[in-house]
Amino acid sequence: MRSVTGGFAKGLGITLKTMLTPAVTVQYPHVKEDPPTRARGVIALKEENCTVCMLCARQCPDWCIYIEGHKDKAPPRREGGKPRTVQFLDRFDIDYGLCMYCGICVEVCPFDALFWSPEFEYSETHIADLLHDKDRLGEWMETVPEPPALEAGAEAKKGAKK
Amino acid sequence: LTHALLAVDLNAYWFQTLVKAVLVLVAVPTATVIIVQTFMFKVMAHMQSRLGPMEAGPHGSLQLLADGGKFVQKELIAPARADRRIFFLAPVVVLISTFLMFVVIPIGPTAYAENLDTGIFYAMGVSSISVLGVLMAGWASANKYSLIGGLRAAGQLIAYELPLVLAVVGPVMMAGTLSLQGIVKAQADFHINVFGAASIRMPYVFPQILGFLLFLVGTQAELTQTPFDMPVAESELVAGYQTEYTGLPFLFFYMGEFGASFGLSAIAATLFLGGWYVPGLIHGHSLIANLIGFAVLFAKTMAVAFLIFWIRFSVPRLREDQLQSFAWKVLIPLSLVNIALTGLFKVVF
Repeated sequence: MRSVTGGFAKGLGITLKTMLTPAVTVQYPHVKEDPPTRARGVIALKEENCTVCMLCARQCPDWCIYIEGHKDKAPPRREGGKPRTVQFLDRFDIDYGLCMYCGICVEVCPFDALFWSPEFEYSETHIADLLHDKDRLGEWMETVPEPPALEAGAEAKKGAKK
Repeated sequence: LTHALLAVDLNAYWFQTLVKAVLVLVAVPTATVIIVQTFMFKVMAHMQSRLGPMEAGPHGSLQLLADGGKFVQKELIAPARADRRIFFLAPVVVLISTFLMFVVIPIGPTAYAENLDTGIFYAMGVSSISVLGVLMAGWASANKYSLIGGLRAAGQLIAYELPLVLAVVGPVMMAGTLSLQGIVKAQADFHINVFGAASIRMPYVFPQILGFLLFLVGTQAELTQTPFDMPVAESELVAGYQTEYTGLPFLFFYMGEFGASFGLSAIAATLFLGGWYVPGLIHGHSLIANLIGFAVLFAKTMAVAFLIFWIRFSVPRLREDQLQSFAWKVLIPLSLVNIALTGLFKVVF
């Protein structure tokens, strides 16, 4: 009997305490919550870093990345040099109707052309509009946060291992 | 028309009755709105670390307008095998029981709809009419969940009516009257002499603390609120006797329930906390005194309602057999003891 009344009083105490502490609810459309670090909202493309190596498109489990490019001559680096052969990016689309936000493309990119952005408000009424072309993907670059600072001693350890 | 209106005798019996009826008809939905908005939307939300409705009006204060509109729009559906007349009559019976209860609650020195000599007896009587409505709903729905829910509700309401009524006997014995207005006045004069030296004035809640607690538990069960909400236990009975109801009849059940929670809280405030009376504030029978009385009663009612809803939001549901044995083996003996103690108290002091 004593444990029953004790539990009853404890329960009442907990609800009263909860009532008197402010609720943690964030009124979403009016107030936006701070995104957690490394939030996976949308993938941004830094076009000038992309070499059309297709690694991301090959690794993508959903086949939601479409890349087209062509080979062309670029002006030489030095005066009087030979013109360089460079891959030009014609098309880079990510279909967010297919994407499962695994982030393998971001991980696999050797030239730091893909980044996670915490933005998530890009829903559409037509599924075809979820296909973001390279201009749209480039616009997301503005929203990419600074990478979080490395942990203390992270650099030194990396060097020591090598 | 103006001539006809001017010819109305303002003190005529029929006119006074009309005014009182309209007042009570307005009071019950208003009380329901206040209870639901304050407790079901806001207090419950904050006790669960939420905010509750926030979009409709400032802090969601107009949410009930939207909800009420939604209920009114909905189609009235009755099961094919249901007893249609009884099915649609049942929520009205429940609601009428609540309306009738509001009639006798005094809200000021001269402000009351009806000052019956048998006021509290009448209030307890009409509050149990709702059992009939619940049974009718359960039976007429032609649904096994509804029937079990209705029978559970009937068994529960009858079992807890007893401690409720017996708890009321305490203040009635102390005041020496059944009239609610009389109980308020007797409570205003009530004081205890300590060895003949000092006399301490207090409301009945202090000498009748056991009665007050019994009344609260009984109220909780009468309103079928957690931990006594077996008649509408959703995990066992879908929604009990309310299962087959839609739209307006469903709204009537809700208005009956929350209106009754306000009414019973007001009766508890009147019986145990001194009703509209507050020492030093109320003198005479003026309009101001009546308004202050109303405000005081409202504050006390909300305090009691907070206790009831606080328990509702904090504890889980009991089992059906625990419910019955708690009423018959614990509450009823305790309330009989309370009556005996009150008699002793009355004789000794």
